[in-house]
Amino acid sequence: MYTQALDSPTPDVQPGDAGGQAALQRRFDERIERDEKIEPKDWMPDAYRQTLIRQIAQHAHSEIVGMLPEGNWITRAPSLRRKVVLIAKVQDEGGHGMYLYSAAETLGVARAELLEQLLDGRAKYSSIFNYPTLTWADVGAIGWLVDGAAIMNQIPICRCSYGPYARAMVRICKEESFHQRQGFEIMLALARGTAQQRSMAQDALNRWWWPSIMMFGPSDASSVHTAQSMRWRIKRFTNDELRQKFVDITVPQAQFLGLEIPDPALRWDEDSQHYLTGAIDWSEFKAVLQGNGPCNQERLRARRQAHEEGRWVREAAAAYAAKHEGRGSRHG
Amino acid sequence: MGDDWPLFEVFIRARSGLEHKHVGSLHAADARMAIEHARDVYTRRQEGVSIWVVRSSEIIASDPEEADALFEPARDKVYRHPTFYAIPDEVKNL
Repeated sequence: MYTQALDSPTPDVQPGDAGGQAALQRRFDERIERDEKIEPKDWMPDAYRQTLIRQIAQHAHSEIVGMLPEGNWITRAPSLRRKVVLIAKVQDEGGHGMYLYSAAETLGVARAELLEQLLDGRAKYSSIFNYPTLTWADVGAIGWLVDGAAIMNQIPICRCSYGPYARAMVRICKEESFHQRQGFEIMLALARGTAQQRSMAQDALNRWWWPSIMMFGPSDASSVHTAQSMRWRIKRFTNDELRQKFVDITVPQAQFLGLEIPDPALRWDEDSQHYLTGAIDWSEFKAVLQGNGPCNQERLRARRQAHEEGRWVREAAAAYAAKHEGRGSRHG
Repeated sequence: MGDDWPLFEVFIRARSGLEHKHVGSLHAADARMAIEHARDVYTRRQEGVSIWVVRSSEIIASDPEEADALFEPARDKVYRHPTFYAIPDEVKNL
């Protein structure tokens, strides 16, 4: 993924040249219309660039912060098998963050700048990661529900109009499906276990259900970015469409587990052939997004601490590289 | 916050017999670290048997604005493709 090092200042058009700008804009619109991919060095409207930087960075931050709730259980996984799987999953999330930061950088923003926005609290990340993982069943519920919702969101982004983002998503989606399956397998083991294990599984579903379906973002009526993002083919489905798909596939899975979705209003609607949920409490979503969730401060504290504690390593590596500059060996 | 380490582009050979293919980029203090990071970031599932890394600043790319000038001349040269030539069906092995 090419980045700032390769970013030629594309518009040869002077700021005052309205005709030239209009022609570039028209060509861009036509390419989007033809479902062509936009690549880093191509001309793009500034609003498109800024929207992508914001979305890809938030996505990257979510992967990185998303390592924390599950990382909490690595040392306490109930078996060696569960432990190696969980380590691999958390490592994947780190990798996904890296793919996405690279994609964001192709738009001309520096990695250090993105990291700074995360650490000083300016950047947003998925609000789901501000909930605590209280029991081992939460690790199962996260894989099953949170990764399930993420996959639902991400598959359409594989066809996003911006090439580097689309390519990163293809890679991520390929890796993500094991995450969901391992989560469901944990839930299944608990659901088929003792009464106490079943109640752990139910408790985890109770706590993760609503935050998971809120992961799709505000309902279409109040989503500020959806219409424009759909015109730009960054988004292919609205939040409510994706949420509905997720509910429709997840309810039967819960039934298979013998667990109850914590929504007394949930019902199958014969006319629309969909499961209809009760009203979503958006005030909770907004509170968590604004920093008042159960773990917002803890998550940022953990990220800052990791960054500080890694400082000497980064400095040592940079010093070593500077010392050996020009003396490096080459391999074919 | 400090500056980023230099950026490297990563190319992976999926198996012997295939060419190296661009897979993405990463930051590293030097080339050796770039190879090690590329191993962790891009080959967690045996995606490769060989890695190339090159500093992104060393890559010289064509300008999309000049794409027409560069590639248009090939557009009308269909005679460079075998299907341009009409050969009777009964002639075999051509």
